[in-house]
Amino acid sequence: MERADLIVIGGGPAGLAAAVRAKEKGVERVLLLERNPVLGGILNQCIHDGFGVLRFGSAMSGPEYAARFIQMARDAGVEAICGAMVVELSPDKKVTYITPQGLFEVQAKAVILSTGCRERTRGALAVPGNRPAGVYTAGVVQYLMNMRNIAFGKNVVIMGSGDIGLIMARRMTLEGARVHCVLEKLPFCSGLPRNVRQCLEDFDIPLCLAETVKEIHGDDHITHVITAKVDEKGRFIPGSERTIPCDVLVLSVGLIPENELAKACGIEMDPVTGGALVDGDLMTSVPGVFSCGNGLHVHDLVDLVSEEGERAAEHAAAYLKGAANKPMVPVTVSGGIRYVLPRQLTTGEDGYLSMRVMLPGRDRKLTVTAGDKTLVSKKMKRVMPSEMIRLKVKDVPACEQVEVSLV
Amino acid sequence: MTKYDVLIVGGGSVGCAIAYALSRYDLKVAVAEKELDVGMGTSGRNSGVVHAGFNNRPGSLMAKLCVEGNEGFEALCKMLDIPYKRTGKLIVGYDEADHQALIKLKEQGEKNGVKGLEIIDGAAIRAIEPDLPASWAMLSRNTAVFNPFLYSIHLAEASAQNGVQYYLNSPVTAVEATEEGYRVQAGDHVLTCKTLINSAGLFADRVSAMAGDPSFTIYPCRGEYYLLDKGTLKMPVYPVPRPGVGGLGVHLTVTVDGNILIGPSADYIDNHEDYSTTEPILDQLRREAMILLPTLNMRTVIGTYAGVRPKLVKKGEANFGDFVIERSPKAKHLINLIGIESPGITASMPIARMVLDILSEDTELVEKPDFVPTYRGIPPFAELSRAEQRALIEQDPDYGDVVCRCETVTRAQVKRALHNPIGATGVIAVKNRTRSTMGRCNGGYCFQRIVELLLSEGKAPQDIDLKRRGDRPLLGYVKGGQA
Repeated sequence: MERADLIVIGGGPAGLAAAVRAKEKGVERVLLLERNPVLGGILNQCIHDGFGVLRFGSAMSGPEYAARFIQMARDAGVEAICGAMVVELSPDKKVTYITPQGLFEVQAKAVILSTGCRERTRGALAVPGNRPAGVYTAGVVQYLMNMRNIAFGKNVVIMGSGDIGLIMARRMTLEGARVHCVLEKLPFCSGLPRNVRQCLEDFDIPLCLAETVKEIHGDDHITHVITAKVDEKGRFIPGSERTIPCDVLVLSVGLIPENELAKACGIEMDPVTGGALVDGDLMTSVPGVFSCGNGLHVHDLVDLVSEEGERAAEHAAAYLKGAANKPMVPVTVSGGIRYVLPRQLTTGEDGYLSMRVMLPGRDRKLTVTAGDKTLVSKKMKRVMPSEMIRLKVKDVPACEQVEVSLV
Repeated sequence: MTKYDVLIVGGGSVGCAIAYALSRYDLKVAVAEKELDVGMGTSGRNSGVVHAGFNNRPGSLMAKLCVEGNEGFEALCKMLDIPYKRTGKLIVGYDEADHQALIKLKEQGEKNGVKGLEIIDGAAIRAIEPDLPASWAMLSRNTAVFNPFLYSIHLAEASAQNGVQYYLNSPVTAVEATEEGYRVQAGDHVLTCKTLINSAGLFADRVSAMAGDPSFTIYPCRGEYYLLDKGTLKMPVYPVPRPGVGGLGVHLTVTVDGNILIGPSADYIDNHEDYSTTEPILDQLRREAMILLPTLNMRTVIGTYAGVRPKLVKKGEANFGDFVIERSPKAKHLINLIGIESPGITASMPIARMVLDILSEDTELVEKPDFVPTYRGIPPFAELSRAEQRALIEQDPDYGDVVCRCETVTRAQVKRALHNPIGATGVIAVKNRTRSTMGRCNGGYCFQRIVELLLSEGKAPQDIDLKRRGDRPLLGYVKGGQA
């Protein structure tokens, strides 16, 4: 059987950064498996800029950011196979993948899952009405428009204020469509404030909060949607309906970490994030299998994705060297934090916590404490669910638990 | 103008079963179907269950043909490479009144000739399905599930390979009686036939009227469904009908692929093809399903859909209308199949045999020596062993290019679906033959790849159809020229 020290599944930003860092840490055979014909993952279709401000001090387009890491991977000696769809990961770290050249099985000593995410669909939301042509998730429109020069329609309604929807609002406007509005069922926007400014305000596209699509109409092709306002419990307010004619409905209603391989492998999942449950080393419940990137939890900045990929690789490299298991402490949250990841931190090391708040807020304080000791205290002028917060906890002490609190 | 001995109007499960049955004989047969593919009407919008026949009125044609159809279904599916699983089914109840109702249901089933019915208690129920909080059940061992799309499709493709001609995207708009039979305008084609077999489902009353027999009225009755991702349910579970108790009597069905269906509801509607789902019904389906199976995970919903039953009884009537299968007394060259709602698919081959009998009254049926009864569809890559998968990829590298991640469907399968033996087109032809776009991402990964394949075969984006000719999922190119 063919062998590899480390197999990285998914050659997007998380996988690329992980593969490069693994080589830098001395891992011998690093095999990177990517299902698309080229490396780069979702970055390849993100032709807008804003990538890499933290990492490279420059706002690049997605493909430019990906190109940096692809070059690093080449230079580092990462073995990348494109057009490779992994169909199975076994609990003993045997990876089965398919390419037009055949079906292959490789025994890995460690695996990093960087499988990205998929979009929530109209079907999953069970939006009532017909199922006409012309209803798409934003990523599909983005791919076909940017990669294949395909136009979808002239009168667009966007359901959901996720970043991809905001980006596509601008994109479709630039390509000659009229974007009627972006509808968001929550009373606040799901996407980043800079996207609201640059994609909606700059183009006079209204953002309609607390309003969403109630019904989809059209026999063969979509003709209109009926929208309604939504109350604080998420119920439609009777009498608030309006009809918006359109020939395309674009959905940007959330991303779901893609974890079919992990689930089939028996890896324990985190019901809050939708990704694997990981410890302080980003290791899943299967020893030697690590997870990072959007496949672990949905990010909003690719720079943080790369950084997480690099940490996963460092832990994988340590695992391969047979590093002793250091004790871990649980992490708990209070006061308006929706989730924190990971839910454990390794003692005696620097730890990194990612989190998202439940509601937007101003002038808050974020604290990380271990019993009486305050490890981190950060004043946050503004917090919002759309912006992931990442905190470094220096030298995690041995203690009963670490508490993260937002006040 | 093209001349046929028999023209079948309506390519649903019944029309395709008749086509397959007729293709054994030395006859010129054609099928006129208004959609882009076969099985697009009621035959493609149901629960995919092979009914045992205990729910049908004793003495009715529905009961007789359902039981007959159930008995032969497994062998037929084997012959035609149609996925089939005899899962059995549980009809459940909660109190003594339900217990008695189940006993009566079993008696009705046995009167209809149904075998394999057994009344079991709560302990036995939970030995099969640990999460079902029911006290009594009737286990029907002969109920099965199957792939309804491939049913119509393989019957059609097998019949096409035996000489039947398919006219898709060809709605029948005019029927003229002639000396020898009929002249029919089907889409852009003018077809003549001696015998017209009317299996037009929701529009069978209109086709019958066009052909000279206006005796029928179809009352469309819609059923809405939820489709959930694969779960732990092993077999369909239905609540025993409880007279006087409100609610939809929501069913849970496990499909042959392991997905879970909730539904169907039953509402009379005005527009025959209004396949919308509605908020109040979806809400009710969800609530009742959770009572039936509290561990149901509604977060795994993949989508919703609806089907419409061609009922022969109006809303509020006694609610039993038997199958109409007859040579029309008003038009001697017309064989009518009207009101073929559930258990229509289960009964489709016995229905076809009845039609053959009727046809033989004025048409000689001479067997063809070269008739091939078996059919092999597109290899279901996802279900094969690793060794089989490897072998396929070695034969054809396109089996190594996975187009649909959720259902593991390969480029080779998609290409075969696009170049199918009956000339079905549209993305729907791919969906129905391969399961691509049916998975949890609703085409989020595979739709663009299917489009790219079509573009690479020279199709212009604005000419791509999704489900109906001209539904135009794509407007065209953004800028002049190609990608």
